[in-house]
Amino acid sequence: MNKEAKISCKNIWKLYGEAPEKFLKNTNNNPTTEEIKKNNYIPAVRDASIDVNTGEILVIMGLSGSGKSTLLRCMSKLIEPTHGQVFFEGSDLLKASEKELIDIRRHKMGMVFQHFALLPHRTVLQNVAFPLEVQGQEMHKREERAKDVIKLVGLEGREKYYPRELSGGQQQRVGLARSLAVEPDVWFLDEPFSALDPLIRKEMQNEFLRLQSMLKKTIVFITHDFDEAIRLADRIAIMYEGLIVQVGTPEELITKPATDYVAEFTKDIPRSKLLNAESIMNEKDKKPYENTVNYSDKIEKIASKVLKSESIFSVVDDNKEVIGSVSKKELIKALFAEDKNE
Amino acid sequence: MNKIKTILRGKFFFIFGPFIFLWLLRYVIPNYTISSKTPHWAYIPPKSCLGGCGSIDGLIPFVDWTNALIQFLRKYEIFGLFTFRDFTRGIANYVDKFLDFTEAVLHKGFPSYDVGPLPWIFILTLTIILGFYLRGWRLALLGGACFSYLILFSKRGIWELSMKSLAAISVSAPLAALIGLCLGILAVKRKRFANFLWPMLNILQSLPHFSYLILVVIFVGIGTKAGVIATVIFAFPPMARLTILGLQNISQEIKEAGVMAGCTKWQMLFKVEIPAARSPIMLGINQVIMQCLAMIVIAAFIGQPGLGHDLLIRLQGLRLGEAFEIGVAVVLIAITLDRYSQALALKEPERREGNFVKRNPYLCATFFAIIICSILVFLFPFFNEYPKELTVSASVYLDNAIKSFTRSLFVPLGIFRDWMLIYFLMPLKAVFQSMPWTGVILFVGAIGWKLGKMRLALTVMLFVFFIASSGYWVRAMITVYMVFASLVICALIGIPLGIWASKKESRTKIVLNICDIFQTFPSFIYLLPAIMLFQISDVSAIFAIVIYSSIPMVRYTVFGLRNVPQQIIEASITSGCTDRQLLWKVKMPLAFPEIILGANQTLMFALFMVMIAGFIGTVDLSQEIFRALSFSDGGKGLIIGLCVAFIGLTADRLLVEWSSQMKSKLGFNV
Repeated sequence: MNKEAKISCKNIWKLYGEAPEKFLKNTNNNPTTEEIKKNNYIPAVRDASIDVNTGEILVIMGLSGSGKSTLLRCMSKLIEPTHGQVFFEGSDLLKASEKELIDIRRHKMGMVFQHFALLPHRTVLQNVAFPLEVQGQEMHKREERAKDVIKLVGLEGREKYYPRELSGGQQQRVGLARSLAVEPDVWFLDEPFSALDPLIRKEMQNEFLRLQSMLKKTIVFITHDFDEAIRLADRIAIMYEGLIVQVGTPEELITKPATDYVAEFTKDIPRSKLLNAESIMNEKDKKPYENTVNYSDKIEKIASKVLKSESIFSVVDDNKEVIGSVSKKELIKALFAEDKNE
Repeated sequence: MNKIKTILRGKFFFIFGPFIFLWLLRYVIPNYTISSKTPHWAYIPPKSCLGGCGSIDGLIPFVDWTNALIQFLRKYEIFGLFTFRDFTRGIANYVDKFLDFTEAVLHKGFPSYDVGPLPWIFILTLTIILGFYLRGWRLALLGGACFSYLILFSKRGIWELSMKSLAAISVSAPLAALIGLCLGILAVKRKRFANFLWPMLNILQSLPHFSYLILVVIFVGIGTKAGVIATVIFAFPPMARLTILGLQNISQEIKEAGVMAGCTKWQMLFKVEIPAARSPIMLGINQVIMQCLAMIVIAAFIGQPGLGHDLLIRLQGLRLGEAFEIGVAVVLIAITLDRYSQALALKEPERREGNFVKRNPYLCATFFAIIICSILVFLFPFFNEYPKELTVSASVYLDNAIKSFTRSLFVPLGIFRDWMLIYFLMPLKAVFQSMPWTGVILFVGAIGWKLGKMRLALTVMLFVFFIASSGYWVRAMITVYMVFASLVICALIGIPLGIWASKKESRTKIVLNICDIFQTFPSFIYLLPAIMLFQISDVSAIFAIVIYSSIPMVRYTVFGLRNVPQQIIEASITSGCTDRQLLWKVKMPLAFPEIILGANQTLMFALFMVMIAGFIGTVDLSQEIFRALSFSDGGKGLIIGLCVAFIGLTADRLLVEWSSQMKSKLGFNV
């Protein structure tokens, strides 16, 4: 097990149908797609193993029905997996007692929901203070804390409002504040911005990045929007029909898609904004040329000067050591990657 | 072979098959007439001597068995300590303690402390403030008007009677709500309990009131506490249902938010689930209050004093003017309580900022009102007890008005009544009475089978078999005839009215409002105009049933027609449909499943009303129930009640299944 892993999932299965445990056992915990279909089971998550490292933003991406939400819920045991193990800070979450689970959820986890899931009968302040209230914190103390978090998400002055009086974006800010009220180590976000319209979504993404730069939480973020994923993610896991197809940094997914499915996703992504010199360079050519570019420069930045000149550029790392080269050829290949399939 | 299958599956066979069967029976069965002294066994269920050839004459002696069970519960001492009846009476005594308190507050006073009942001025003012708080000045006006009427028209003691009834309701309604809530929660939390509770609720809600009145008399006795207990039994099922629905419909995310916040099970229930489901739960309370009001009159049958009791006596004495005055009081209370509790259900918490008075305006208003009222009561006796000299009664004028009205209409109404009897009701009754029980069982079975559910077919056949074998087949068929006749008339009135109402927004609003008001009337009220117009006959019973049970027909027709998707209507108009074509080719087919559901509801309402119409002398099952009530024959009452329930459930199962199949064929979400 990875030592850094905050949460570690091992061979998680979640099947819906009649007596799925027995079926899994009979198939040695590894049924084929045909077997699953033939026996009328609906596979939500299939054999998913993934680690969430401390302090990273892991985005789980997939279309609706790909099992991403189920996997997230298995991580917090909102849903009991049919088979597999979930380690939270090294201890097996699935073996934890009800009391231990409540304790972990009260102090170490926070979750944000797609449709906000605010309690309609409570004011903003009471909603944010709710997780503290169920812990049994006294009124004065918990409201103090709640006010701080409300300030943090920029909702000052709305403490006495009821959720129905707020816009969607504001409601989700309340959702964010509520999940942060207990200062959790792990922050689960289940398509938090999908129900918002595009402009607000962008604003909320920035808000999210701002919060994360201050708080440095371990984050599992679910989305079906690949643009959102590459904007926010340190690593992305792509799910398809319950399987984790590929896990990697955004650059890896674009430059080395594991399957056609991943390639299809990454096709329309503006590469120039995402790829850097290192990811497209010719690694074999380590000759020092006259012109150099830094390995972390985005293509966007170097494109015009490489394309204008006929010469080859050296790619150097932070110690000015040459690690490869870039020429027009590599650049064009990277920018029009889909052509190589034809 | 395939050809036969197609014929069997075809609509023709489905609709006419059973009738052909009935027609063929004429040739097979000798003595195929109702007048025959010894009808064939396939025609009228035979008697048997399974339980000794006593007074009960069914194929299976359910009544004897039930009575034996009741005897056992009355006599057998559990652990040799107490009988089941001691247990129920013990509970009743607790209820009585609460009742003592509310009665003292509202009309008896506390003689031992030399304190009188709550003066009228308090009740009036507090009602008005509550109305303002819940919705605004309109509601306050309604509440004020209602209680003003009760005070002003109190010449014959309407105020005291109302307070007696309210005292009973203020015990039964909270009790029923609490029981319903607890059972509902339990059913949501424990799947196995839900499996047990649902059918129980179905049967409890389709049993006629009178059949458990008898059981209450046996196990509790008579008087107010018995009335309260009967009311609670009658009123808790809708609460349980709405609690279950409310808790099940909470969005999954909200529950997950609760879990992720680290709620324990109890915190989950009280801090998340119940508050999140508060609207349906509050609607449940509204339903409970309405059911309690409906029971005002019915509980009077077992000696609960109050408005219902006096209404009943005046109805029996045909003192219609006085009955009318009391009826208005009942209706006003019903509408007021309904609107208040609805407002409570829909009330959203409001944001108020500022100082204490600004944040709690109604609390302060209540506080000041209490102080001012106390001073007034202390200074002027007028405010303590409204002087009798100032009360009025319109009953004499009403009596005269009713008399002259019926006198002037006597001839045309008489002609109408006789025409209905001779050309519609009598032939229909003859048709229903000539249906052999074997044929009816096959008929419902065929429909069930056609709907494609073997289980459904068997269930409804079992229901009908129970009715046939209980020994009340002939009476039951009269009940079915009354219900069917009412249903036909309701459809003839309700569907056109619904179509008319659905044409314009303004009409819809008016018609639905009228439906709302009509639905709040306690069912006994409908007997008043029926007796006024048609004296005592099948026609007056059917008249009362029709007014009462047309409501759902209209409501569902309007709902169905207005819910046709706007796109489809626009598409039809652009295809060049005339208004008429739009209605018959597009809207009606799409609204049809909803209309069927309306018919189903109408049927249920009619079945309830038939039982109450027994009060004015019909010869169906209701008469038998009234008879059982006067002899305290619990077994008979319960079995007849089950017969009625099964008539309802048979129709309900078939119609609901039919409607939902049609809906899924049309691609609506069921």
